Amino acid sequence: MEAVAVAAGAREQLRASFSSGRTRPAAWRAAQLRGLLRMAAEMEAQICAALRADLAKPRTESYVHEISLVTSSCKFALKNLEKWMKPKKVPAGLLTFPSTARVTAEPLGVVLVISAWNYPFLLAIDPVIGAIAAGNAVALKPSEIAPATSSLLADLLPRYVDSSCIKVVEGGIPETTALLEQKWDKIFYTGNSKVGRIVMSFAAKHLTPVVLELGGKCPVVVDSNVDLHVAAKRIAAGKWGCNNGQACISPDYIITTKSFAPKLLDSLRKVLEKFYGKDPLRSADLSRIVNSNHFNRLKALMDEEMVSDKIVFGGQSDEQHLNIAPTLLLDVPLDSAIMKEEIFGPLLPIITVDKIHESFALINSMTKPLAAYLFSKDSKLKRQFERNISAGGMIFNDTGIHLTNPHLPFGGVGESGMGAYHGTFSFDAFAHKKAVLDRSFLGEANARYPPYTHGKLKILKGVMKANPLAMVQAIVGCTGGA
Amino acid sequence: MGSVPEEMALGFGDLVGDLREVYESGRTRDLEWRQSQLRGLVRLLEEKEEDIFDVLREDLGKHRGESFRDEVGVLKKSIVDKLQNFKNWAAPEKAHTPLVAFPATAFVVPEPLGVVLIFSCWNLPIGLVLEPLSGALAAGNAVVVKPSELAPSTSAFLAANLPKYLDPKAVKVVEGGADVGERLMEHRWDKVLFTGSSRVGRMIMTKAAKHLTPVALELGSKCPCIVDWLDSNRDSQVAVNRIIGAKWSTCSGQACIAIDYVLVEEEYAPILIEMLKTTLKKFFTKPEYMSRILNEKHLKRLSDLLADRRVAASVVHGGHFNPKTLTIEPTLLLNPPLDSDIMTEEIFGPLLPIITVKKIEDSITFLKSKPKPLAIYAFTRNEKLKNRIIEETSSGSVTFNDAIVQYGLDSIPFGGVGHSGFGQYHGKYSFEMFSHKKAVLKRSFLIEFMFRYPPWDETKIGMLRRVYRFDYISLFLAIIGLRR
Repeated sequence: MEAVAVAAGAREQLRASFSSGRTRPAAWRAAQLRGLLRMAAEMEAQICAALRADLAKPRTESYVHEISLVTSSCKFALKNLEKWMKPKKVPAGLLTFPSTARVTAEPLGVVLVISAWNYPFLLAIDPVIGAIAAGNAVALKPSEIAPATSSLLADLLPRYVDSSCIKVVEGGIPETTALLEQKWDKIFYTGNSKVGRIVMSFAAKHLTPVVLELGGKCPVVVDSNVDLHVAAKRIAAGKWGCNNGQACISPDYIITTKSFAPKLLDSLRKVLEKFYGKDPLRSADLSRIVNSNHFNRLKALMDEEMVSDKIVFGGQSDEQHLNIAPTLLLDVPLDSAIMKEEIFGPLLPIITVDKIHESFALINSMTKPLAAYLFSKDSKLKRQFERNISAGGMIFNDTGIHLTNPHLPFGGVGESGMGAYHGTFSFDAFAHKKAVLDRSFLGEANARYPPYTHGKLKILKGVMKANPLAMVQAIVGCTGGA
Repeated sequence: MGSVPEEMALGFGDLVGDLREVYESGRTRDLEWRQSQLRGLVRLLEEKEEDIFDVLREDLGKHRGESFRDEVGVLKKSIVDKLQNFKNWAAPEKAHTPLVAFPATAFVVPEPLGVVLIFSCWNLPIGLVLEPLSGALAAGNAVVVKPSELAPSTSAFLAANLPKYLDPKAVKVVEGGADVGERLMEHRWDKVLFTGSSRVGRMIMTKAAKHLTPVALELGSKCPCIVDWLDSNRDSQVAVNRIIGAKWSTCSGQACIAIDYVLVEEEYAPILIEMLKTTLKKFFTKPEYMSRILNEKHLKRLSDLLADRRVAASVVHGGHFNPKTLTIEPTLLLNPPLDSDIMTEEIFGPLLPIITVKKIEDSITFLKSKPKPLAIYAFTRNEKLKNRIIEETSSGSVTFNDAIVQYGLDSIPFGGVGHSGFGQYHGKYSFEMFSHKKAVLKRSFLIEFMFRYPPWDETKIGMLRRVYRFDYISLFLAIIGLRR
């Protein structure tokens, strides 16, 4: 089959390139990163155009959420590359005295990056930056659901980076399956948990380690002790300001108290009107829904019986242009589809509780999300939230922005994924940390070897306890008698 | 009761459910609790030391000297190290925050993964349970341990004693064979550590994929030992001592980090062989100083390796098997064919092939064509050769001028790469293996940058460009209106 031939061919070429040692020198890695920087700068207009074609993504989002993040990621890697590549000395301890020990980072080899459709430029290039920095050869499979960006990447990458070591393989399910059947040294997948399971099962056949960046329902708890207007803006920015809610770290649903809900709703309505005007379906500042599959999926979530009558704001849609307006729902049933699946769209349910603490049990009744958010000025509540809620990441009093900090690991836990990246964590995701122990021929501890005697055992016990006399006895080769 | 007899726990649903409840109650997250568990492990090793020596002798014929050196002693040291450090490891770590997010503070907060499962192996049946167990407990998890049924006395010892020295509500031992392991894997875990063969590793990871359970696999491999010319007699003798220590003194070569085979220059091989023969006689004066082979199945596997006529012809020392005592004498082979089973499969026994090369550097080319092993060993004083080995080969770890000892160091990660597995532990890495590093960003409501929000226009985009270039001065001027 052609897909298989393409996949096998790509992998073979990448393996040969990696074996030649081409990707190892720091100079090569830096050159690729600078190539990606140039690509992001010179091709900004084309990248924005592709994102507009695929998602009707507003130019600001394309710049702020995709291009500039790629740029800063490249710069961070270039700045730290030498440091990351340097072996780290560690204490060797008394047990193997005299000796030196260090941990050195080496590339895993040939890695596969499978990207997602919602941030099709960022989520393709950001992992590739880590793979290159760690000295690997990379196969990149962009999402076919964002076809304009996929073909743009296939066209641009060979012009800006070394195509013998970094290859783009386009295609849909057959092409992705063919790639997954090959043996890779690591697979990095961004997407949903259903496909995440499939990726991991393929990886299991070759014992390939994986990073899975998946989704979940990111909860936002809103306390009454907040600066409400700022909170509403930040929630809106993280929800509709991020690809119209089609982002893995977008607020999925809100939990607040019954008494505070009307104020929160009011504030959200005001903010939404300010951001998107009275006719949001016509706003240029909102991404559209990516395709009719997802449009129909979201419509079904809204139209479900017992849910459709809970819409308190928005709800308009335009099938022809695949637009759905920012929509707020109040107290939908907890067993409705909109509360069981990751929404990934512009619908925001608000669930009310009597006391704000009850939000914890609700969140913990669901699988661990990629991010959890709390808006509050109450230190005790924040402490309890931090301790009792498990999520990939957590933000107090904002949404989404933690992913811009390269010093924080970005990844999920439980259903939201395994492994992390960004900054140093990207390098670590694609490197093997090899321990190197260098012993001297001095310090020959005869107590180690048979014939085993009581005296030798005594010395060994002393060595394990770092007893100085035993150490000396061991090093000079005593056997402690019979 | 902390141990679950296999007949009673058919589905294990209750076991997992109970542990999840215990974990969710917060019991295991408490630092005092973790400390009490680690202390319990230290007491177990101290009070039951003789019992441990007994079960290791029953299961494997291990001498107490070996048992202390490789299992008990290393463990005690490592657990004490965890006791001293786990509070630091568990503390949130501040992360740098770019000014753009001002005012904000960022932390990385370690949290336990939850309910974890540890599969052990039969050859280091105490060490391969207690080391990861101590890491999982230090990290605040609830744990199920599944010891290997092929070391039954040790398995029974753990089932009887872990509930006595640890919190039986949060630490459970499940005994049994492969079917028990498979049934355990039908459930979702927050992490699984498996030590064993690649074949079973694949099954474990495939089952884990159904639940998105993250796994760490410590698998087998053929660990090579490169032996370079050593000028001084003393150095050569030290090297030979250490090679023997890393092959026959360690569970008769039945260890994932034992030396599997040696690579040496043609001219040096006879010298090495003579020294090995002499020193072997000096060390193994009594049969009890060598562990026995695990069981008949493995004895047959090892004797089958020698059944190949070409391989049998390459034996230069030893080769004698005793099926009654399940022992094999130390055996040296010179250049068995590279396509024979003994050179393609992990030996895991007291047979040592010696492969000759023309120049010692050729051993690097040889290794590059082979699957990545758990450890590469090299005895050499040649710094250039050492660097080439580090740069041009890949393995879990590299040790120069000794072998096996890397296992006892808490400061370096222990684990494989490629065929030899993934995931690392020992020391702080054991803690991290069973932790999730949660990113936490704390923002205040002060200072709102209007250019964050729609509706979008060129001015706002210009501001954002400045922000993302970390061009604070220009940004400040733009905000106060002095720049466009």
